Amino acid sequence: MATATAAEGPADRPQPSPRRDFAGVLTRGAGGRLWAIGTVTLAVLLAVPVLVILGFLLVPSGATWHHLASTVLPDYVANSLLLMLGVTLGTLVGGVGTAWLTSMCRFPGRGFFEWALLLPMAMPAYIIAYTYTGLLDFAGPLQSGLRQLTGWGYGDYWVPEVRSLPGAAVMLSLVLYPYVYLLTRAAFLGQSICVLDVSRTLGNGPWRTFLTVALPLARPAIAAGLSLALMETLADYGTVQYFGVQTFTTGIFRTWYGLGDPAGAAQLAALLLGFILVLITLERYSRRHARYHHTSQRHQAIRRYRLGGWRAAAATLFCALPLLLGFLIPAGQLSVWAVSLADTAYDARFLELVVNTLGLAGLAALLALLLALLLGYGRRLQPSRPVRFAVRLAGLGYAIPGTVIAIGVIIPFAWLDNQVDAWMRATFGVSTGLLLSGTLVALVFGYLVRFLAVSLQSVETGLGKIRPSMDEAARSLGVRPASLLWRVHVPLLRGSLITALLLVFVDVMKELPATLILRPFDFNTLAVRAFELASDERLADSAPAALTIVLAGLIPVILLSRSITGSRHVQPA
Amino acid sequence: MRRHLATLTAITLTAACLAAFPVFADDEVNVYSSRKEALIKPLLDRFTQETGIEVNLVTGKDAALLQRLKSEGANSPADLLITTDAGNLHRAKAAGVTQAFLSEGLAEVIPASYRDAEGHWVGLTLRARPILYVKEQVDPASLSTYEALADPAFKGRICIRSSDNIYNQSLVASLIAANGVEATETWAKGLVANLARPPKGGDRDQIKAAAAGECGIAVANTYYLAGMLESEEPAQRAAAEAMGVFWPNQEGRGTHVNVSGAAVTAAAKHREAAVRLVEYLAEPEAQAWYAQANGEYPVRTGVALSPTLAAWGTFKADDLDLSRLGELNAEALRLMDRAGWR
Repeated sequence: MATATAAEGPADRPQPSPRRDFAGVLTRGAGGRLWAIGTVTLAVLLAVPVLVILGFLLVPSGATWHHLASTVLPDYVANSLLLMLGVTLGTLVGGVGTAWLTSMCRFPGRGFFEWALLLPMAMPAYIIAYTYTGLLDFAGPLQSGLRQLTGWGYGDYWVPEVRSLPGAAVMLSLVLYPYVYLLTRAAFLGQSICVLDVSRTLGNGPWRTFLTVALPLARPAIAAGLSLALMETLADYGTVQYFGVQTFTTGIFRTWYGLGDPAGAAQLAALLLGFILVLITLERYSRRHARYHHTSQRHQAIRRYRLGGWRAAAATLFCALPLLLGFLIPAGQLSVWAVSLADTAYDARFLELVVNTLGLAGLAALLALLLALLLGYGRRLQPSRPVRFAVRLAGLGYAIPGTVIAIGVIIPFAWLDNQVDAWMRATFGVSTGLLLSGTLVALVFGYLVRFLAVSLQSVETGLGKIRPSMDEAARSLGVRPASLLWRVHVPLLRGSLITALLLVFVDVMKELPATLILRPFDFNTLAVRAFELASDERLADSAPAALTIVLAGLIPVILLSRSITGSRHVQPA
Repeated sequence: MRRHLATLTAITLTAACLAAFPVFADDEVNVYSSRKEALIKPLLDRFTQETGIEVNLVTGKDAALLQRLKSEGANSPADLLITTDAGNLHRAKAAGVTQAFLSEGLAEVIPASYRDAEGHWVGLTLRARPILYVKEQVDPASLSTYEALADPAFKGRICIRSSDNIYNQSLVASLIAANGVEATETWAKGLVANLARPPKGGDRDQIKAAAAGECGIAVANTYYLAGMLESEEPAQRAAAEAMGVFWPNQEGRGTHVNVSGAAVTAAAKHREAAVRLVEYLAEPEAQAWYAQANGEYPVRTGVALSPTLAAWGTFKADDLDLSRLGELNAEALRLMDRAGWR
């Protein structure tokens, strides 16, 4: 922690209370207030679905709770916690380790791994789960091959059971570590080389520099990546349900579908939210006094540690493993399946699926970026309690399972539509029917609610690295808030903005449950097609759609990696 | 740049709104279906070809579709709700989002036990859930009823999927209807004690596990077995061919069946077209298609079975009023929770 405070903002500002002062400079005048009001309004609008779900807490549902608490709830909690623990370990080791190696060391394949390590991000969790089950089960190629080689039969040998809690943690880690990798790597690349050089001159070796300087400095980014991974873990339904692991999320659906108690289900979801709020608060509290602005403009080219001999081999292997397991093997299996069906699966309707999917993902990603920029900046302008709270609330949708979010979207939209209809009937005698429900507007709104957290995390991490003195200088020169954002921050944030855009793009492309329930008539996406077939246990038939999601996800992922490498402003020393 | 972005967004959103705006023409019908697209769209397309009535489709999970119907209320665009089990049809009726629509034609061809007494919903296909056994290991003479699966003699020999699944919930609901809660809870505990492995995967996985030697007995819906028998993957075919079908409870109430079915919504703007579609789905050709394409049993008598289904012989089906499955579903789930059935 000591090294983190070394990079605090106050270093170049001698005043005793820089933060209050900073806010004072920025919010002077009507512009700041307007931003604050706008921010809160937008954030509250986006939080409506979450609030609807929290509202279910007011509906009495005593019998269900008693039943759950006395039978399965302890299991749900324990399994969810274990799963989170597993994913935390997996994504931290995989994500931070590969991020450090690719940004700070030189070893064979580094340039390739730099972007290739992001590839598993394009793989939906339920698809990788289905694929590995197909690969590793008794009739799958691995076990069949083993039996053919050795002549063993059932029970003569042991293979790890993929459909288990540890299996689920591995599957989720494999597709979620890129979040940690991405944000951490951006942080490592953004770190001033001077700080690392200071560490070197103090006689610290690479390990010590990593552990005591780079890692603490990258902490906000690691926390941001990890919290995305964990929220995604908690919201996952497809994988855990297929693996027979009973988590909080499967409990929500069981209560809703099986017991026919939507209120009880929403209350479980609300509990889940409370849990996440506590986690986020704890993490923020633990670094409440630290600031992580860059204090130096000097970004020289990184002098990477040159690894040789077994070290280089180990580094290559360490980076190859997540790529192999998280992408190459499952994508290979999907390709084998897809090729066997090539003549039937790809028709004109398939093209329509691709267009729908890409269009939706693009639109949602743009809007999410815009909103994240407005909210994140609004919060920076006026970090007052209501603004901070509203923005936090708006970002909670990520942790809620998609279907539950969808219900939180359907209820207020249908209510609004029916109110408008009733008013129009009463006033003009014209029925408007449902204006927004069941349209792409409702669907895109659902995506924004669900994925705002992703773009917000990237944007806020980026904003946090821009020194307040930058804002103050611009403001003192008479620049208005909007213009400050546009002329100063956006160019500085380029890398973070592209990250936000592409992350949401890939996420929307993979999104399933909210799409399923909010979409208009006759509107399909690749994820819908893939899931309908896969959940009907027709894995091979689902492969063409699943593979296309993965392939289409490759383009943004590669762009993403390039932009991050390019976003480091290297200046001659 | 930003202005362009805003304009672009506005245009896209407006276009999206217009494109999705429900237009109420007489020659169309809007369907909410929890039956997957691949398993209904071919029939809907054929219906459109024959009648000229366009069918608009949204597929999704039963409970979510029901919530959408409820929230949309009288303005809901949906005319028809298609589900894959009777319990959810019953729930839709109980929620007040359906209406009576049973035409004389439908009443004639669909047996009374497979439709709602007040005509709010009808079954369209039968989905039987028999006991499957590995032919080389299990003597079918040792099998008798669902109840007997709790017998300690079957310890470590049974595969069945999680109690999250609606088919297991319906099966247990039918046992509660027949034997009462207490006896069924004891049964469920016995069954759980007999499981070869913790429940995981779907019905096909149970069949694969049985064929692989993990257990001798699996409980699964017949159409999964049919799908595997007709699969292009040799491994799936081999697993399915190792299995025999045993129809339990033939001496008593009969084998547990559920239906997939349809209900006309209370808000239906195209009621006539919706009823016409249901009638079409009950016609012999459509009924035969279900049997051919998805290995389900026709709800209408006198329809030819596919060779795969015919090979399993005929069976006596439980004639329990299927609304009971819906009424008892929550009770069944709580019971399974208590019995430790994951």
